[in-house]
Amino acid sequence: MTTAPSTGAASSGAAAAPTYDVVVLGAGIVGSAIARTLAGYRLSVALVDARDDVGEGTSKANTAILHTGFDAKPGSLESRMVHEGYHLLGDYAAATGIPVERVGAILVAWDAEQLGNLPGLQEKAVANGYPHTEIVAADEVYRQLPHIGPGALGGLTVPGESIICTWTTNFALATDAVRRGATLLLGHRCTGVTVENETTVLHTEGGDLRTRWVVNAAGLGADLVDQHFGYDRFHVTPRRGELLVFDKQARPLVDKIVLPVPSAVGKGVLISPTVYGNVMLGPTAEDLTDRTDTGSSESGLAFLREKGQRLMPRLLEEEVTATYAGLRAATEFSDYVIEVDTDQRYLLAGGIRSTGLTSGMAVAEHVAGLLADTGALELQPRDDLPDPPRMPNIGEAGLRPYQDAARIAADPAYGRIVCFCERVTAGEIRDTFAATIPPTTLEGLRRRTRVQNGRCQGFYCGAEVAELFATRGAGVPEGQVQR
Amino acid sequence: MSATPTTPSSTEPSSVLTPDVVIVGAGPAGLRAASELAGQLPGQVLVLEREREAGGIPRHSDHPGYGMRDLGRFVTGPKYARLLREKAQDAGATILTEAMATDWAGPRSLMVTSPQGRLRVDARSVVLATGARERPRAARSIPGDRAHGIYTTGTLQNVVHLKHGTVGKRAVVVGAELVSWSAVLTLKHAGCETALMTTSYPQSESYWLFHRPGRMVFGTQVATRTRVTRIIGRPRVQAVEIEHLDTGRRRLVECDTVVLTGDWIPDNELARAAGLPLDPGSLGPLVDTALRTDRPGVFAIGNALHPVDTADIAALDGAAVAEHVRGYLDGRRPAPDSVRLQAEAPFRWVAPGILRAGDPAPPRKRLLLWTDEHVAAPRVVLVQDGRVVARKRVPWPAAPGRVFRVPSDVLDHVDPRGGTVTVGLDR
Repeated sequence: MTTAPSTGAASSGAAAAPTYDVVVLGAGIVGSAIARTLAGYRLSVALVDARDDVGEGTSKANTAILHTGFDAKPGSLESRMVHEGYHLLGDYAAATGIPVERVGAILVAWDAEQLGNLPGLQEKAVANGYPHTEIVAADEVYRQLPHIGPGALGGLTVPGESIICTWTTNFALATDAVRRGATLLLGHRCTGVTVENETTVLHTEGGDLRTRWVVNAAGLGADLVDQHFGYDRFHVTPRRGELLVFDKQARPLVDKIVLPVPSAVGKGVLISPTVYGNVMLGPTAEDLTDRTDTGSSESGLAFLREKGQRLMPRLLEEEVTATYAGLRAATEFSDYVIEVDTDQRYLLAGGIRSTGLTSGMAVAEHVAGLLADTGALELQPRDDLPDPPRMPNIGEAGLRPYQDAARIAADPAYGRIVCFCERVTAGEIRDTFAATIPPTTLEGLRRRTRVQNGRCQGFYCGAEVAELFATRGAGVPEGQVQR
Repeated sequence: MSATPTTPSSTEPSSVLTPDVVIVGAGPAGLRAASELAGQLPGQVLVLEREREAGGIPRHSDHPGYGMRDLGRFVTGPKYARLLREKAQDAGATILTEAMATDWAGPRSLMVTSPQGRLRVDARSVVLATGARERPRAARSIPGDRAHGIYTTGTLQNVVHLKHGTVGKRAVVVGAELVSWSAVLTLKHAGCETALMTTSYPQSESYWLFHRPGRMVFGTQVATRTRVTRIIGRPRVQAVEIEHLDTGRRRLVECDTVVLTGDWIPDNELARAAGLPLDPGSLGPLVDTALRTDRPGVFAIGNALHPVDTADIAALDGAAVAEHVRGYLDGRRPAPDSVRLQAEAPFRWVAPGILRAGDPAPPRKRLLLWTDEHVAAPRVVLVQDGRVVARKRVPWPAAPGRVFRVPSDVLDHVDPRGGTVTVGLDR
């Protein structure tokens, strides 16, 4: 699907085959943020993705935490990007309506080694520019987290850690990019690259694209694209993280993010509320070879149940609503790899793990700075930028359409709840098809509305939603009751 | 079109309804309760149904087998649903469809979303008839690929009977109870053969009446003592891996469709939101034999209490609750003394779970139980304060996958001022 650029900044030769100033490969959070930032300058930008929707790779299934960066490696690029991104995305979320809840986190120590690590973690947080942590005794941990299992020895509070909707973040950034004039090209998997004197031709499954500059934000595929430019800098190992999502009825059990304390025996799992009102347990960490394997495993589920039993036994009595398996782009580098190759007019933004959700907007600014520094690309700010998009609210903290009497009175489609578990209305489903980036799959519709993400997983609404999807919401007129 | 509302937001209800009784759920239980109550009360009897059409689960089951115990004859599910709907309407009940009760606004007051508006319903009495659903894949912890072609019976019947959609060609049905055979019938209707049914039990749980003809008509095999350990296939199901529970041996069964049947859980969201105590075995709200929950004026009926019995049994709960609701509205209050009835292995739950001094017998004079074991000649034993208060031989088997019904005269010698009563088996 192609969305035509709406501003005429492109310096295209022929109308049919434009030459872009920059092509950003990868429409995940990082790529979408970069495209959005670059489209804020007088440049023609294309945002290109292999899949049929934005955010189909690592961005769609992460732990959805807006990080303060307290535990990054001090002095690293990741530390700086997360620290800056935390504020940038926080402000952007407020402007666009991306659901965020400032719940705070506690790292819980379960043994002497973990307890002993807390002061070091606190110092590290300060070094990362986050001075607001506090070491608390066990009784305070239990006061704040009354349902965690027995045996907690103490904890470190990180009040700034927040939960966020990773899906809406991605849609907002990509929508903003498109409204600023970027061209979104989905289904354009990059299969090869020809670097010429002035321009580069990207060979993709959707046809050739000509551009001056290429930004590689391809996530799980970033190393393959890098190889097309003649590099062998890093290798992506798809690391599968499985998550259990518990029923909303579990939500009163936990009101903060419960984080593990890193220790010699490895990384633990976290328990976190979600902005949709669920509770999440995970993730596992399993290295794979298949970059598309988002299935769940018997061992992964067993591991999570065992960990959960210790962390919060009461949680395991609740129903599991969904299991998610996300792939993270692990590399041999511990830090982000963001480097410019001026000769080939090529920039790599690779090795960006799950912190990319938080850091994406800062990475975008950083990338723009690096491109400007080359002197080969002139970044002239535009003074005619549209306002940031106002995204539909799918978070529990804000008012949802089904709760809004005035909105239902104005348009009864918002009073017709189609998905009972997640309380998604026909009006919201219809709206997605008129949005800047409409869904192309049922999965995409789920990420935009939460439809079918609930406890019944389609028992009631499966057929109804399939029909609405097939008709692209055409059966739901605006301003009249659908019978 | 803008994604944002053009009107200012408002959480105030657009209108307030004040019925005598609000019934949540227009399945067999709720509709029958409505037809018994409407016309018998000075005020309105309002039924809220979140689906587009009243009638509940029977609407999806386009085969006979409904209505024997309440109507005295077998009809198809859709016809049964229509009859119940018409009776409620003829009696004068108001049925509001596409109306979902989302939250409580007071002890007997609900917030409701419908295309007619965001409503508040302030009732004098509330009857929860919210039914039950089947656990989906995630709640059953079945690992493997995220494949298309996986259904619960509810989704399957929705797709086939209501939306006239298609499924695959070769199915594995997980479960071998009554509802599982209903799924097999639906699959056959949709042109999909059932390659195998799996059950963890040592024998098929359904009535032999369904079981033997089923085998003869469809040639369907039932793999007993097995469980599904993995689903394989992307984007569509290609096979399932099943494990024999005794030998641990695993094998692959090719299929393009998987139907997860049974494994019921009540739709207890409103009950839990109200903080009503639940039965830990059924997860439905705890009620006494007059179907009262813990909150005065709030009752619960149907498969929300006993997940799941047949539709006609659910409807008869609705018939029984009417008198108790009228009694409450007339100012009658239950005795404070009560004892808890508690299921003991192999039983998972017993409904009702509370017996009060001076209360009537439960609906149909039956206690309803769920068993995890097949017992051919069960002798039910009730023990209170270390003393056997009843021992009764029941002339029908207790079988997993369907409700085991026990005459409620076993409660005759329970002391409503005594300790907890356990309901178990003498063996």
